[in-house]
Amino acid sequence: MNIPSIDYLLDESAKNNQPIWQIVLREEQADSGMSIEQLRERVEHTYSVMRDAATGGISSELKSVSGLTGGDAARYYKYFKNHKNLLGSLSARAMAYALGTSEYNAAMGVIVAAPTAGAAGVLPGVLLAAQEEYGFTDREAVNALITATGIGAVIATRATISGAQGGCQAEVGSGCAMAAAALCDVMGGTARQSAHAAAIALKNSLGLACDPVAGLVEVPCIKRNGMYACMAIAAADLALAGVESFVPPDEVIDAMYQIGCNLPSCIRETAEGGLAITPTGLRAKRRLF
Amino acid sequence: MFDILGPITVGPSSSHTAGAIRIGLACRIILGEEVKKARVIFYGSFADTYRGHGTDKAVIGGLLGFNTDNVKVRESLQLAQFRGMEYVIDTAEEPRYHPNTVRIEAQGATRSINLRGISVGGGAMRLVELNGFAIDAACLYDTLIVFHKDTPGTLAGIAQTLSGSGYNIGNLRLSRDKREGDVITIIETDVPVDGETVAALRQVGSVAGVVSIPKF
Repeated sequence: MNIPSIDYLLDESAKNNQPIWQIVLREEQADSGMSIEQLRERVEHTYSVMRDAATGGISSELKSVSGLTGGDAARYYKYFKNHKNLLGSLSARAMAYALGTSEYNAAMGVIVAAPTAGAAGVLPGVLLAAQEEYGFTDREAVNALITATGIGAVIATRATISGAQGGCQAEVGSGCAMAAAALCDVMGGTARQSAHAAAIALKNSLGLACDPVAGLVEVPCIKRNGMYACMAIAAADLALAGVESFVPPDEVIDAMYQIGCNLPSCIRETAEGGLAITPTGLRAKRRLF
Repeated sequence: MFDILGPITVGPSSSHTAGAIRIGLACRIILGEEVKKARVIFYGSFADTYRGHGTDKAVIGGLLGFNTDNVKVRESLQLAQFRGMEYVIDTAEEPRYHPNTVRIEAQGATRSINLRGISVGGGAMRLVELNGFAIDAACLYDTLIVFHKDTPGTLAGIAQTLSGSGYNIGNLRLSRDKREGDVITIIETDVPVDGETVAALRQVGSVAGVVSIPKF
């Protein structure tokens, strides 16, 4: 599915008086030959995999395959359940689920790449938490996921969702933009508000390095998923209040790509720069390989 | 859509795990029979990090026929032994290759193939070399791999057989070793080609073999 721009989604949405998710479904139906019902069913299944991963991640102290990380999601979830926390209920829940999903991923659990495995925690973290807080239906959650997919598809078409090509801004940044748009949509925001939620989220991810310790999707990826789940909620909240991104969404995406092209390769998933080559990062690598 | 919201896959990395599973699975499908022996060679970032990313488990899991969402990938190395599949994991250097490259030499009871694949991010992969021929197959569409001779009329026969059964060819790429030598043709269709048509393709002119890979 190639969606050329956010403007295209907004124009089609205005012209047909339909939300973004309906435009995305229409495009995907034309491209895949699948029926709307088949597509919805597949997204529903995807959502259930997301729920299983998040729940699996917080319920036990998982260790990653490398042994480098694990247990933080369960630790934070226990704290959230038993103590007053600083984030507030929605963000704290989203943090726990995002961490949980990412730890589940590092333990070779089954997750949904959204848009990549490295960024798999942000979107489900935000959406599952919001559903528990606000009680919307699974059907509405599926609509929100489809809205998010539309945003992700534009980013993949105009820029990149690969950390090796664009750094972490392309992975977690894209996941954060998708989550912000999804949350805005499901909380009653307009198509334009969802697009600006995505733009604000992506703008605040620009330049993020991909410098994983030992080249593994663990440090700093797991906690970053949690942190950017909170960022997505903040972006959606701004957009719902009517705050818009000064630079329009498509231009933000183009800026992300341009920055990605200018990032040195040592901070594009090669583990040759940044956190990966700190003394601690190098020690961890030597211990493992 | 499900390349952005997906794939559903075992972790930890869409490029180093999901893409690698798909390359292994494609290899198993092209071989067309159970893999008895496999040599897996990792290059670049695959070579550096395959243990931490479970890329070895991913490729072997694919060779056992598992798709990305199959949790059995996690135990694939033990399962391979259990099923009597011998394998070795090697690493090598080849600066010209894509950083996430794997070469698989797979042997079944009657056939063997040599496949090179690259994992290009987000779980997407491309098959770039088969039995020494440069190819390009991303398996994002239903894909046919046709082995035939470089003789006049073979390609026309293939196209005729497909159109006769009502199939539209979306993409077609040919790769030959030399004039009048061997050819590998990769054909992408919008819908899966049924078994009867695949059987008919095998009867065309100089066609020596046809493999059908369902889209991932």
